[in-house]
Amino acid sequence: MASRVLVTGADTFWGGRMVQALEADPSIEVILGMGTSAPSVPFERAEFVRADQNYSILNRIVQATLVDTILHTFMVTNSVGLSQRAMHEINVIGTMNLLAAAGASGSPVRHIAVKSSTLVYGSSARDPSTFQESTPRAGPARHSIERSLLEAETLVRDFSEDNPATLVTVLRFANVLGPHLTTSISRNLSRPFCPSIFGFDPMLQFVEEADVVRALLHVTLGQIPGLYNVAGDGRLPWSEVASICGTHLIPLSPYSPLKIHPLARLFDLPPELEDLLRYGRGVDTRRLSATGFEYLATSVGAVYSFIRALRLRRAAGKSSSSYTYEHDVEQFFRHSPSVSGSTDR
Amino acid sequence: MTDGRPVGIEKKRSTAVVPIRIPPDSPDPAGDLRLSDVDEWGRSERFRAVARALYEPIYSKWFRVEWEGLEKVPTEGGALLVANHAGAIPSDAPVIMHGIEKELGRPVYGLADYFFRTVPVVGTLWARGGGVSARPANAYRLLKEQGQLVLDFPEGTKGPSKSFTDRYQLRRFGRGGFVEIAMRAGVPVIPIAVTGSEEAMPVLFRVPTVAKALGLPYFPITANLLTMGPLGIVMPFPAKFNLRVLDPIDFHVPPDQERYSKSRIMEEAERIRGLIQESVYDMLRGRRSVWFG
Repeated sequence: MASRVLVTGADTFWGGRMVQALEADPSIEVILGMGTSAPSVPFERAEFVRADQNYSILNRIVQATLVDTILHTFMVTNSVGLSQRAMHEINVIGTMNLLAAAGASGSPVRHIAVKSSTLVYGSSARDPSTFQESTPRAGPARHSIERSLLEAETLVRDFSEDNPATLVTVLRFANVLGPHLTTSISRNLSRPFCPSIFGFDPMLQFVEEADVVRALLHVTLGQIPGLYNVAGDGRLPWSEVASICGTHLIPLSPYSPLKIHPLARLFDLPPELEDLLRYGRGVDTRRLSATGFEYLATSVGAVYSFIRALRLRRAAGKSSSSYTYEHDVEQFFRHSPSVSGSTDR
Repeated sequence: MTDGRPVGIEKKRSTAVVPIRIPPDSPDPAGDLRLSDVDEWGRSERFRAVARALYEPIYSKWFRVEWEGLEKVPTEGGALLVANHAGAIPSDAPVIMHGIEKELGRPVYGLADYFFRTVPVVGTLWARGGGVSARPANAYRLLKEQGQLVLDFPEGTKGPSKSFTDRYQLRRFGRGGFVEIAMRAGVPVIPIAVTGSEEAMPVLFRVPTVAKALGLPYFPITANLLTMGPLGIVMPFPAKFNLRVLDPIDFHVPPDQERYSKSRIMEEAERIRGLIQESVYDMLRGRRSVWFG
């Protein structure tokens, strides 16, 4: 049973959500959030440790706190606004250092769960309609984000072979939509005009935000090792996603290189999304379901979850739940003898 | 200043907002959320109904399709239909798909080279109409897990690209991948012999340089193109189509094996090619006219 958990990327969207989800489980004794900058959501009992993205102090933290589980959420799966080098540093070098610390002799770590993406399958004309966990990519990686994720997964696989005593879980998440998350896809869908590639209407599969958190929690608490696809049931064409979201598709030329396409500059269109808007992607999710995981939302449900929240924000304005992390305040609440346990915030 | 109020605190209306916790959204699970009827393969029944209505006159009036042995196609469960493939833009695929759907009321999933998917508009229409790219994983999923009828042309592009002088001479049946998939899925192979397809759009010669420049698998100059001009790109001649369904072939091997004997696979593929070739010759022997059958 996981009782001392370290969450990487605690300052990011997913890390923050995972820390909050773990806090709700009383069987987890210790939660450590690691991040490169201050967390953006309030933590109740989790401790936050600031670290650089190479996890140079991770070894010391692991030895000092005796964490038995590492939840590695700090993987970049969207290449917008990030250089190739930065992506490589985070996904590959970060994972490498994390695994090195976890695999050091005398390490207390018994389980590592990694948040990856179905981007590792790519998206091309030669793809099968449905990828299973064992299906190889149809061709070599085309984009740096795919390469870095594949490389990170290879490191994890090697680690798993070298450390048979440590459970290793890799979850490959489909494109996420939900009330809070911002991605290239959600940004495009929230505008009145949205890109498509002329003559292509790919089948897409989505997973709802809450199901991402629940799936990570499911494998962490259940200590379920293995490689799993995570995506909502069903697929729907991009044109249908756009009409559900009430945005108009602007077809871009399929032949001119989109980077110099005058319209492409108006959109948030990273190269991996451009591929997806041509050929789409579908994954088989039966393996995770067989471990007892139940989805709350289907693919189309995820789209509705996203657009319903967006409509509320448009009508009622942004909810003013801004939170600023203040180290001294947080330390006071956690460690001052004047703070009694029950009135903890 | 001197009214007793501490310096620095001015009377200001509070702008503090009552913190609101937005309750989690619960979308109404009742009722279908989908707006279109496109399924996981990219097929749309609405689109197919329109396509069927449009194709019906071509099927029954233009090609005057006649079937023989249609009862050999199972009415339920997976089966792999395998046929000879000919004519620059082969009409045999829509004829078989439309025919079986019309006569037996069962959909047929046509496998085609993934090249189709790369062509804008065409690829999307092909998928909406029931086409699937010819990947082993797709065929297996359809045959084994969904128990569907799948149509495959093992000759691939070698069939339609051959010139008219080679008409009705079946090309190599690939590497026997279709036999392996049928074995793995544990379904029978049902061979179908087709005549009329060669004459519907005869390939006079090919222009490989143009094909290479355009990124096409082949670029044929057809008799249709020379007689009908641009219309000939898509318009087939009204050759009479005859189709003969041969006896289903069971391989009697356990499904889902890691590997199957390569020699057995090649042997079976060659045997099936022989059966179709023989039937085609037999049908041509009985054919009095290309146009009237």
